[in-house]
Amino acid sequence: MTTMSPNTKTSSDAPIGASLPVYGMMAEFETPAQIMEAAKKVHAAGYRFWDCHVPFPVHGLDKAMGIKRTILPLLVFGAGLTGTTVGFCLQAFTNAASFSVWALVWVSGYPFLISGKPLMSVPAWIPIIFELTILLSALSAVILMLVMNGLPRLSHPLLSNNRFRRATDDRFFIVIESRDPKYLRSKTEAFMKALGAKHVEAVEDR
Amino acid sequence: MSSSSDPSSKSAGKFSTKGFTETDNTQQPTTGRAPLVLNMHKFGEVTHQVCRVAENRPPMAWYIAFVICLSMLGFLGFCVTYLIFTGVGVWGLNNPVMWAYDITNFVFWVGIGHAGTLISAILFLFRQKWRTGINRFAEAMTIFAVVCAGLFPGIHVGRVWLAYWLFPIPNSMEMWPQFRSPLLWDVFAVSTYFTVSLVFWYVGMIPDLATLRDRAKGRFQQFAYGLASIGWRGSMRHWHRYEVAYLLLAALATPLVLSVHSVVSFDFAVSQVPGWHTTIFPPYFVAGAIFSGFAMVVSLAVPARQLFGLKDLITMRHLDNMNKIILLTGCMVGYAYSMEFFIAWYSGAMYEKFAFVNRAFGQYWWAYWIMVSCNVITPQLFWFKAVRTSIPLMFILSIFVNVGMWFERFVIIVTSLANDFLPSSWDQFVPTWVDIGTMVGAFGLFGTLFLLFCRYLPMIAIAEVKAVMPEANPHAEHAGHAGHHGDDHGAPSGAIPALREPRSAESSL
Repeated sequence: MTTMSPNTKTSSDAPIGASLPVYGMMAEFETPAQIMEAAKKVHAAGYRFWDCHVPFPVHGLDKAMGIKRTILPLLVFGAGLTGTTVGFCLQAFTNAASFSVWALVWVSGYPFLISGKPLMSVPAWIPIIFELTILLSALSAVILMLVMNGLPRLSHPLLSNNRFRRATDDRFFIVIESRDPKYLRSKTEAFMKALGAKHVEAVEDR
Repeated sequence: MSSSSDPSSKSAGKFSTKGFTETDNTQQPTTGRAPLVLNMHKFGEVTHQVCRVAENRPPMAWYIAFVICLSMLGFLGFCVTYLIFTGVGVWGLNNPVMWAYDITNFVFWVGIGHAGTLISAILFLFRQKWRTGINRFAEAMTIFAVVCAGLFPGIHVGRVWLAYWLFPIPNSMEMWPQFRSPLLWDVFAVSTYFTVSLVFWYVGMIPDLATLRDRAKGRFQQFAYGLASIGWRGSMRHWHRYEVAYLLLAALATPLVLSVHSVVSFDFAVSQVPGWHTTIFPPYFVAGAIFSGFAMVVSLAVPARQLFGLKDLITMRHLDNMNKIILLTGCMVGYAYSMEFFIAWYSGAMYEKFAFVNRAFGQYWWAYWIMVSCNVITPQLFWFKAVRTSIPLMFILSIFVNVGMWFERFVIIVTSLANDFLPSSWDQFVPTWVDIGTMVGAFGLFGTLFLLFCRYLPMIAIAEVKAVMPEANPHAEHAGHAGHHGDDHGAPSGAIPALREPRSAESSL
């Protein structure tokens, strides 16, 4: 359409994106040291909705970005305790339970006497209590990590950007999202150029 | 491989290179650390080196190996089908020897499956950075080995269609499994181990699957790797939780890996059978498992690095370190063998004493001496560095160890059962063709899965390898940035444990 006026602020190599809303501003760096310096400055500038995208965890970058330590270990500890409880109750019910609640509800597993050994043989239950503790902790560590990262995700604006493909290879990116209260396209772009980025461009919100 | 590397940064190549043409990084330099990635200084080179294996057509040897493994797998399918339709009588089992090849293979494969998680969990906790080159395919090997292991108890129960009785599933018979039995502990231990190992492997692979996704050319590859990488985009906020989760998994998998073979050993140790009823079994089994697992890693790593051109990532240092672990665990196994004999004599128990003398000099004497020579004598050659760094020798020795460890399980299981308390019920176990076919077929299953893994998935943990390169240290100065900080000296010492290459005097100024 001829009515679409060329936007003055679009980046040079994404003319189609002129009409699309902008997800954020992306700056590309070449080394871990550069992104470390830049991240400190972005954090100091008071941006909130921003992120670094790196091919491997750069040591100390999370601190430089001001990321608070995750509460994941606490949650996993809770899951582990759940596993312990489940392991104990499962075995107590299936191998030792035989009682009624006020003669109304009969609770019975499969109490089976072997060599006159006690039914509540807790030491023999330890291996399974242990295994279930580990199982629930490990599964919850992974599932909670993914959920907290919002991860099983089929698409993302950044994944539609061709330049961003190198974020999993050898380039280091800082992205400031347009929903950040401090985001102002022209100012943010100038700010990111001043960080010493190799390249700065707007990412469309596809 | 970049042959044009500037000489100033290539300090590791200055060691003596006697014997082989590759860069020798097996010696510790006097300052800094020996490099774990050779001939590469750019992250992109590492990405390319690993990804091209999954992106390009594999070498001819891959196809040949795949056809062989696939036909062995087909034979396994035939043997298992024949077993299920006919009954366990097709195996050579008899009245005293009710466990033989089936459980031997089970314990053998579970043991193999220990190296992967040991490398990924225990070496991770000990901050052994060399694990990054080998952890991915060692973990894959673990999972495929546990798949093979799971097959055997599954089919040896006889009525395979009732195998679900092993699990506490509510049923109309109002019966539940007996949790005081070590066999049930085994069900939980092995299935937990499999699940946790699989999750650990997959979580470690997500960033590398994303790398493959971002490099993929074809539509199908983009879709498949895209789906598998679940939208990973290297966000540092994600990496932060990811690293915590990975540390937690390592901390959880460490006691788990030690517990699995302990529980397997309880299958024997908790019973009354002479030769099984010993308290040394749990540590002895765990040491043996690590021993055989590392031998299998070496057996696979040596051809894989050759075939797929990964010598710069799986370096001689990695192989040397693995051979040292084989030597250490081999010594532990040797100690356990002698201690078993000592206790058999020292206990004064007649049956125990007989069981051990019979092992060494009875009807299965040959199996015992194959075991001793392969497991105790051959790994002692690894005391010599020339052996530890010789590709053909280490390959042959690792095969010996695998053979020896198979015989160890055979000796423990079969000799103890064949000649137990009552001489009138003694018998000899002779394997049938189905026994042997199932054993060979399991190697086919293992090989098929492993070859498919090599072909389609990132064989080396790309992100982790990059993170241990000296270039990954955010406080290190690199080419073109000299003089950016004035505080290079001393600033990162201790605080950042990233691997650093030794630097010459002028470059640190």
